[in-house]
Amino acid sequence: MNALVPPLLNGTAQGALLLLAALGLSLTFGQMGVINMAHGEFLMIGAFTAYLVQQVIDSSDLSIPVALPVAFVVAGLLGLLLEVSIIRWMYRRPLDTLLVTIGVSLILQQAALQTFPAQGVPVKQPGWLDGQLTILGYSWPLRQSFTIVLAAACVAILSAWLKYTSFGRRIRATVQNRDLAETAGISTRTVDRLTFFVGSGLAGVAGVAASLIGGTNSQMGAQYIIPAFLVVAAGGIGQLKGTVIAAWAVGVALSCFAYWTTGSLAQVLALILVIVFLQVRPQGLFTVRTRSLA
Amino acid sequence: MSTFSRRLRTLVATGTIVTVALALAGCGARAGDGTPGAESAAPSCVDTSGDTIKLGFLNSLTGGMAISEKTVSNVLHMAADEINAGGGILGKKIKYIQEDGATDWPTFAEKAEKLLTQDCVAAIFGGWTSSSRKAVKPVVEKHNGLFFYPVQYEGLESSPNIYYTGATTNQQIIPAMDFLASKGVKRLFLAGSDYVFPRTANAIIKLYAAKLGIQIVGEEYVPLDKDDWTTQVAKIVAAKPDFIFNTINGSSNVGFIKAYYDAGLTAATTPIISVSIAEEEAPAMGHEITGQYASWNYFESLKTDTNPKFIKSWKAYPNSSGVTSDPMEAAYISLYLYKALVEAAGSFDVDAVNAAAKKNTITFAAPEGTVTLDGENHHISKPGHIGRINANNQFDIVWSSDKFIAPDPFLKGYDWFPANVRDQLVKAAG
Repeated sequence: MNALVPPLLNGTAQGALLLLAALGLSLTFGQMGVINMAHGEFLMIGAFTAYLVQQVIDSSDLSIPVALPVAFVVAGLLGLLLEVSIIRWMYRRPLDTLLVTIGVSLILQQAALQTFPAQGVPVKQPGWLDGQLTILGYSWPLRQSFTIVLAAACVAILSAWLKYTSFGRRIRATVQNRDLAETAGISTRTVDRLTFFVGSGLAGVAGVAASLIGGTNSQMGAQYIIPAFLVVAAGGIGQLKGTVIAAWAVGVALSCFAYWTTGSLAQVLALILVIVFLQVRPQGLFTVRTRSLA
Repeated sequence: MSTFSRRLRTLVATGTIVTVALALAGCGARAGDGTPGAESAAPSCVDTSGDTIKLGFLNSLTGGMAISEKTVSNVLHMAADEINAGGGILGKKIKYIQEDGATDWPTFAEKAEKLLTQDCVAAIFGGWTSSSRKAVKPVVEKHNGLFFYPVQYEGLESSPNIYYTGATTNQQIIPAMDFLASKGVKRLFLAGSDYVFPRTANAIIKLYAAKLGIQIVGEEYVPLDKDDWTTQVAKIVAAKPDFIFNTINGSSNVGFIKAYYDAGLTAATTPIISVSIAEEEAPAMGHEITGQYASWNYFESLKTDTNPKFIKSWKAYPNSSGVTSDPMEAAYISLYLYKALVEAAGSFDVDAVNAAAKKNTITFAAPEGTVTLDGENHHISKPGHIGRINANNQFDIVWSSDKFIAPDPFLKGYDWFPANVRDQLVKAAG
């Protein structure tokens, strides 16, 4: 077996999960400039939604596909609630959004701890994900490919939506020049709300994927929020393709380092890699070209 | 570059720095510093004149460790209610003060200080992680207080002000190795979370494995807060062990179990022996783990005279989690052990309690059997049991030690454990 095969495949899957967690952030953080520290908790809500759906639909073969849209809507609505109640008062004060959303994330964590069994809840994997694919002599867990397919689907749908729908065009216009977009008759308030809904909803979808890989408990959001921010920063703000490439690169780097050295050292090395990259290219991989004078 | 994107850049930079700083804040925290030894202790302010006695319970009810510590807190409340219903300690009813350690080690030190000096409690019960214990240790030593710690841990510690009611390594790790040797295991893989307990446990396992003729075919660690074990499990598959020794803790266990089964490993071919999966954790794995093993001193399935009553009381308790497990049983012991100590001493005074312990006659009919306190090292004797998980997430006991194992936190009675390694590990553990 080639020593490159397991880390490359698993790194791609790890990158796909990072991408799912970062996609929503690249919308809310990248496009709107809101530092939402509660994004990880929206992911947690997605995972708990997967568990709750499994309590209603007994067959895990069916419950996970059903949980994906349900988690999107549940997390999205919660995000919308956060936007309408709190975030909208702070658009011009990014550091305040950071502090406020840290508070929100703590509230959501404790609420989950009080509501669900403290040890976490089990989310069962669909039967059709049991088993392995043999690739160049390596038995690759089928579940890993599911994460990749899910992430690819989310990216495809999101970019098509941004590119071809009128709402997508309005979001892009608002990002490029908010004032001009407003003069052109775009309701930037509505755009903000919708962007926040979709961004938070994507975190919910990521949560369903995460519930198949790790534990579903009140603390799970915390392990995704920092890598997700790093991915968005390294990818360059406001650009999906940057986020995609950065997520893949970080995932593969993490997995390769973990395979060749140790799991702990891998975290350090990957972080150093991102920091060095941001030193060389602080704007990230790609940036939005804008004619804005503001 | 326009000011707009410059502003976003600053934003990105701030966001990244703050998130990273927040992540590091948890690791860089230092325990409260205090001088060990009781020489600076002020006269005790514990009030024993009334018909109640104040005790402090110190558990993380918020933050990451609340996942485990809430149960310990609840079982302590239950034990206090039971003791009060039976007349209290020396005729005084327990009045407990519950504090939240909030998964933050300096907070544990501060709350311990508050409990001892402001609330004037006679003893503190709680803690889970070794970091929390190490934060409380200098505080109880400075004020000559008492701290009862209820979780299995890496050993290599003793303090005149701490009583340990969970297993030390020779009561959990070594029995597990004896069991593996009895199964004829030849190739063992060590998988752990990256912190002091798994590192110390694995250092001991490697030394004992060499003596038993078991080959260690690999050793992998993943940070405690990372769940994805897929890459590391690929390395386990490649190493072809006949058994995996699992010292992973918390939610990372779920990620390990999922990655293990998804890689095609099973209990039939490559079983796992765990030291942190108990009755409470087993159902949260999201995968049937029937046939896997765990090493503990207590299982709900244990047949002793005292166990049925404990199970019944816990199941009827309002904040019950429904199943009993080793750490909660050790917490239950801690309060009763304190009662036995005080009643033997005839006083709540710390020095009198320690003097009573020295006689080595303190026992308690615990759910795991009658345990005896070692007055020198302040640990208790425990039976070693290996359980095999059945379809109901209960454990069938498949191996037990011949007798109760006397605690030996520094492994002085084991010739394969060299003194220089002991000194090194004690130093590393701080």
